[in-house]
Amino acid sequence: MASITVNGEARDVAADPSTPLLWVLRDVIGLTGTKFGCGIAQCGACTVHLDGVPVRSCTTPLSAVGARTVTTIEGLSADSTHAVQQAWVEAQVPQCGYCQSGQIMSAVALLDRTASPTDAEIDTAMQGNICRCGTYQRIRAAIHRAAEMKRANA
Amino acid sequence: MKRFLLVTPGSAVSRRDFVRASLVIGGGLMVSVYGCGPNGEEPVVTPTGGALEPNAFVRIDTSGSVVVTSKHLEMGQGTYTGLATLIAEELDADWKTVTVEGAGADDAKYGNTTLGGLQGTGGSSAIANSWTQHRTAGATARAMLIAAAAAQWKLPVSELTTEPGVVVHAATNRRAPYGTLVTAAATMRVPTDVPLKDPKNFRYIGKEKGVTPRVDAQAKVNGSATFTQDVKLPGMLTALVAHAPRFGATVRTFDAVRAKAVPGVVDVVQIPTGVAVLGQHFWAAKLGRDALTVEWDESTAYTLGTPEIMAQFRDAALTPGRGVRNDGNADAAIASAAKTVEAIYEFPYLAHASMEPLNCVVDLKADTAAVYNANQFPTTDRAAVAKIFGFAPEKVIMHTVMSGGSFGRRANPKSDYVVEAATIAKAIAGKAPVKLVWTREDDTAAGYFRPAMLHRMRGGLDASGAPVAWWQRVVGQSMMEGTMFASPDGADASVFEGASDHPYAMPNVFLDVHYEKVGVPVQWWRSVGHTHTAFAVEMFVDEMAKAAGRDPVEFRRTMLVKDPRRLAVLNLAAEMAGWGSPLPAGRARGIAVHKSFDTYVAEVAEVSLVNGAPRVHRVTCAVDCGIVVNPDIVRSQMEGAIAFGLGAALYGRIDIEQGRVVSTNFDRYRVLRQREMPQVDVHIMPSTEKPTGVGEPGTPPIGPAVANALLALTGKPTRVLPFV
Repeated sequence: MASITVNGEARDVAADPSTPLLWVLRDVIGLTGTKFGCGIAQCGACTVHLDGVPVRSCTTPLSAVGARTVTTIEGLSADSTHAVQQAWVEAQVPQCGYCQSGQIMSAVALLDRTASPTDAEIDTAMQGNICRCGTYQRIRAAIHRAAEMKRANA
Repeated sequence: MKRFLLVTPGSAVSRRDFVRASLVIGGGLMVSVYGCGPNGEEPVVTPTGGALEPNAFVRIDTSGSVVVTSKHLEMGQGTYTGLATLIAEELDADWKTVTVEGAGADDAKYGNTTLGGLQGTGGSSAIANSWTQHRTAGATARAMLIAAAAAQWKLPVSELTTEPGVVVHAATNRRAPYGTLVTAAATMRVPTDVPLKDPKNFRYIGKEKGVTPRVDAQAKVNGSATFTQDVKLPGMLTALVAHAPRFGATVRTFDAVRAKAVPGVVDVVQIPTGVAVLGQHFWAAKLGRDALTVEWDESTAYTLGTPEIMAQFRDAALTPGRGVRNDGNADAAIASAAKTVEAIYEFPYLAHASMEPLNCVVDLKADTAAVYNANQFPTTDRAAVAKIFGFAPEKVIMHTVMSGGSFGRRANPKSDYVVEAATIAKAIAGKAPVKLVWTREDDTAAGYFRPAMLHRMRGGLDASGAPVAWWQRVVGQSMMEGTMFASPDGADASVFEGASDHPYAMPNVFLDVHYEKVGVPVQWWRSVGHTHTAFAVEMFVDEMAKAAGRDPVEFRRTMLVKDPRRLAVLNLAAEMAGWGSPLPAGRARGIAVHKSFDTYVAEVAEVSLVNGAPRVHRVTCAVDCGIVVNPDIVRSQMEGAIAFGLGAALYGRIDIEQGRVVSTNFDRYRVLRQREMPQVDVHIMPSTEKPTGVGEPGTPPIGPAVANALLALTGKPTRVLPFV
């Protein structure tokens, strides 16, 4: 039995220590907002934060989580009001939506360390998140908009 | 979007029961049952006391909530929003009260007229086939609400109007919210001749972003949207399947001892397509599958690879095929032409590679079954499942959830992954609900690719540089062979659509086709045959223009005088892109125009070379899709289709070695990423023509637009895709 902190809550999870965090979140804890896309850290659909740092949960074993706190899309806000979520809706980013949890988690991490990213910084930070619907242009616009909203509220 | 709640584990439930239970749990609301005939001519019966449900597409309850049932699968293209907009417009609903749920399987209620009445999502047809039907559905409900208010207020119907969600009598300033009228309205006779709005009075159709935002956006930014991957039923097991490494191979023997020893593995069973490992969760099943030993019988396996397949196509291109078009005498005209142009274009296999790897949940009971899936062909999938279980189709209930992409893949005519899930449920005799999960590698290796293709082209120009002859031979696999869309004589228009009917006026046009037998399963992929025909036609036009010494836009104009809509998007894209204006050194523009699914799209790509590879900076897109229901979704579909087609043109290639797919994950099957996304500007042609689709038509022109820019930049044509 391992104990990890997810979205501010301590969770005892009965799973093999080699189990990727992705499947602990989805199948053991029941938080299904984090998605399975490739299983080899190539697509970013499974992105969550460990102590605020974006990681690919599909290749992060449960044993590697330790005392770091896990934040998933469900933990970003209680009511979809995080600036990035609001900007995503305003820009009408999602199409199929399957990759968007991962996109949003990567974008939140970017804005936490770079308040006003350039297009080039956005491209670099988001290069690991694939969207097959091709929402990249709106992602870029929504990140700029979220940065603006965060600055206005700062 | 309502959260997909999973209830009543103990028994198979009908979709309606399921929805009712969901709503009761979710919001304390009651919903009615269907009480009307398919044409709505019978009075509506509402035993649960409250909802108005005049047809299969809309239900209004006493709280005023409007629930639209979508007969089309939402896979990102915005169909839930578009269909709901048609109903909300004529119903005069308050957009904030509108939610959408996926329909079950029922050809009679939910058939697609563009697919001969088969219920299906494909061919960019959702809005086109629903345009009148859904507006009528909304208008009918509105008429019943007005009739109820008129009866209540003892006023003539003609004095009443509506505002979003409210019936109004302006003269006396009386207002009745829809929710207060539904009980009375539900007792009214369903009218059959309701007039539709004059387009000048539209509140929602054609309006800009913010008026009818996507109904699924909120759920897709907080993780609550439910995809098949997220469905969880009590006691459900997750199944992974060890598949044959080569197409056509079968299981000889397997040893499950080590697999069964993995904690959490519950069962290992052989099925027609391989060996299934069932676990309490994904990771147990995955470790179990890793521990499984399977010996494959490859005596019936396909053992050729992509180099051999393309060599087969090149050989075929040298011999006459089946004739498709023959205007004048192209051979003779080319023989006597002042100038001739020749080219062979080769196209690789492409995977759909939707973000959600294929999956399906099947819950088999004694004499019924439930399927939870994102179906593009729900009745086809249902029939396939029913056959496996020996049930009547009505005994299989289809629950439709969100689809994490698809691009045609979940419209498998053989219901491949759905059938696989059903065979596993049958193999364990329904002792638990089964969620089949394919890994990314499983998904790609299963095939059903956009087929590899080859186009051999010859053209002739007269002394003035005017085109006089076009000769084209198309070589590749039929997508329709063996499907419900196959033609008895084996002809498959999807192999040459967009080429045999190319619009460029010249006296001599010839096209023939070879349908090649290859053991690689193929299937439609966003824009079907247009994925390669648009490239062959539009690239070759530029090659001819170059030989003629003519500007590519001007050269096209001379041949499009009788195709005004195509000419108009060509001109609009050229104008908005600044065609002919100077560019920075090392940059060039290319243009392509193509019609698919009755929608016209022209794209101009601005391209440079970075370390020898094309870099696309900007794409200017002009689209004519008739009347526009939602301009922002049209733009988003063009942006997305351009990204999809650009990624394929730049990098997309499935490599097959000796019958085995080797590029099975995103490390070897490269797709477009953030940095490679160009600035895309979309210009929509105003139109009063009937609406056509936008899911696919943005894809075909981008490859040739980039290739034509490279031709302008380097003088060299692109003959083999992908570019990189």
